Amino acid sequence: MTVIEDVAGAKPDLAAAATSPSAAAKNQLSSRWASAAALVIAVLWTIPTFGLFLSSFRPERAVKTTGWWTFFGDWSVTFSNYTAVLFRGGQPLINYFVNSILITLPAVVIPIVLASVAAYAFAWMKFPFKDTLFVAVFALQIVPLQVALIPLLQIYETTGLGGTFWTVWISHSIFALPLAIFLLHNSMHEIPAELIEAARVDGAGHVRIFLQVMLPLMKPAIAAFAVFQFLWVWNDLLVALVFAGGTADVAPLTVRIAELSGTRGTDWHLLSAGAFVSIIIPLVVFLSLQRFFVRGLLAGSVKG
Amino acid sequence: MTLLDKLGQLVVAIVVFAAIIGLVLFVADRARGRRAELWQSILFLAPSALLLIVGLIWPALRTIYQSFFDRTSTNFTGVSNYLTIFTQPELLLVLRNTALWVVITPILATAIGLVYAVLVDRTRFESFAKALIFLPMAISFVGASIIWKFVYEYRPNQGNIQQIGLINQFLVWIGLEPVNLLLQQPWNNLLLIMVMIWIQAGFAMTILSAAIKAIPDDITEAARLDGCGNVRMFFSITLPSIRPALVVVLTTISIGVLKVFDIVRTMTGGQFNTSVIANEFYSQSFRINDYGIGAALAVLLFVLVVPIVVYNIRQMRKVNAR
Repeated sequence: MTVIEDVAGAKPDLAAAATSPSAAAKNQLSSRWASAAALVIAVLWTIPTFGLFLSSFRPERAVKTTGWWTFFGDWSVTFSNYTAVLFRGGQPLINYFVNSILITLPAVVIPIVLASVAAYAFAWMKFPFKDTLFVAVFALQIVPLQVALIPLLQIYETTGLGGTFWTVWISHSIFALPLAIFLLHNSMHEIPAELIEAARVDGAGHVRIFLQVMLPLMKPAIAAFAVFQFLWVWNDLLVALVFAGGTADVAPLTVRIAELSGTRGTDWHLLSAGAFVSIIIPLVVFLSLQRFFVRGLLAGSVKG
Repeated sequence: MTLLDKLGQLVVAIVVFAAIIGLVLFVADRARGRRAELWQSILFLAPSALLLIVGLIWPALRTIYQSFFDRTSTNFTGVSNYLTIFTQPELLLVLRNTALWVVITPILATAIGLVYAVLVDRTRFESFAKALIFLPMAISFVGASIIWKFVYEYRPNQGNIQQIGLINQFLVWIGLEPVNLLLQQPWNNLLLIMVMIWIQAGFAMTILSAAIKAIPDDITEAARLDGCGNVRMFFSITLPSIRPALVVVLTTISIGVLKVFDIVRTMTGGQFNTSVIANEFYSQSFRINDYGIGAALAVLLFVLVVPIVVYNIRQMRKVNAR
């Protein structure tokens, strides 16, 4: 605290300190070292992706016999890796791409709708054991999904859902619910009570308040969770492998690419192109909705 | 299945789901009388409650129960599955590897993220520089594993064969023999851990950068005027100020690391002594079909995660309370 008190007295020195030549030189020097260090980390972090990205556009022979850094001596570029991995062969990646989209859409929408209804009940309705139930939902976030997989798989088998998209949709929705309810409840709770009261006075019931007052105000919170859930589902391997891994009909990109890496681990022209086919969508979503993602990130950090 | 069939399934799903939600809202809207709100809240909570009970709570209890049975879940065997985990050499190795992951990953990822956040703070290129480190967060663990497998790629050193993996090419450039990196035990664990650090450093950087920016300007200014250098500033002002955020980042990454499965599975499949609990759970449950050990590993994961999560949530409250 003494530090803060000193500020008032020291104020006039501010200009002097900032312009004193030795201080400026020292700052510049340290900032030069700092820039160098930052640059090293940035390069280390970018090079691996860059190398694979470059390789995905090099001809098969070149990829398999020379390093990607030799590209700068031999500028041959081709899209044939992408067309090969997407459309040719017994199991073209395009099918898995479609599966990924088909899996992701409902797996993002369903938990959002269910959770927003439940969150509304927790935030604005009165019912017995409300607090206990809410703590229970909150606590469910910590259950690792590994614990639920096998019994869940048995349920799907006995109900005849095994091997369909339903297994992945339902599973992802279930695993998302505790976090979604918690997040949406928090932001619904922050809405001023007067707004709800005013609507009640106007004769609106809970359903109308939910649809016409609450949902429009929830857009940012819903977007934050949607981006988070989208990346989670699109990038998921475990759930897809357990419930949809057995059949090319429903398996998503991650399952196929992990499989490719095992069976055709040396076909780097295909692996590199395949990896980027799976990366491109989340990358676009991430770059365009970054501000929502950062919000959802911290809130959802213990999920799974 | 043709594309049309798949789209058909999607449409059916949307219709069924919309019908359920529509029915819930419609019936809730009709509720009248003294107990209307009770009925409405039951209707609002019922779909989520049903899914959570059937799909999460019951399965979790069932898994705990099964962890006390043998590999086919028929004979009660007491704690023998747990004893196996803590005595069998291969499974002990799995525990050791998990410990390696949990100790190394959070510390290095947080350290790198923190240093980077401090270095680029308030520079001209800040947002671009941050995006570079943050981008791996958007990439799946599978994609990240492929990216790094390519870096580690090895070609036998004979004739005219050139290295195509960056690290081995470096070894050749400085006159060393190329190495089949992923086979080098126990160091291969570190190579897998590197992938996770690569992904999580961006997370650490984002959270910590926000915490650094939240330090009041007058504190840093006053310290500067007192002649506080950059290094001292970091250790006496920045670090203590962001302590709660630091703890949140460390614990959050630990939780993620405990459950890491995709990286190990894609890089080595758990071979060459690189398996961890989450990967071993999958192998035991779905490849070896030993449900007893599989269930016990899942429960172990659960037990390990709980204290970290509890601590994490407490710290997160502190961060948010500011």
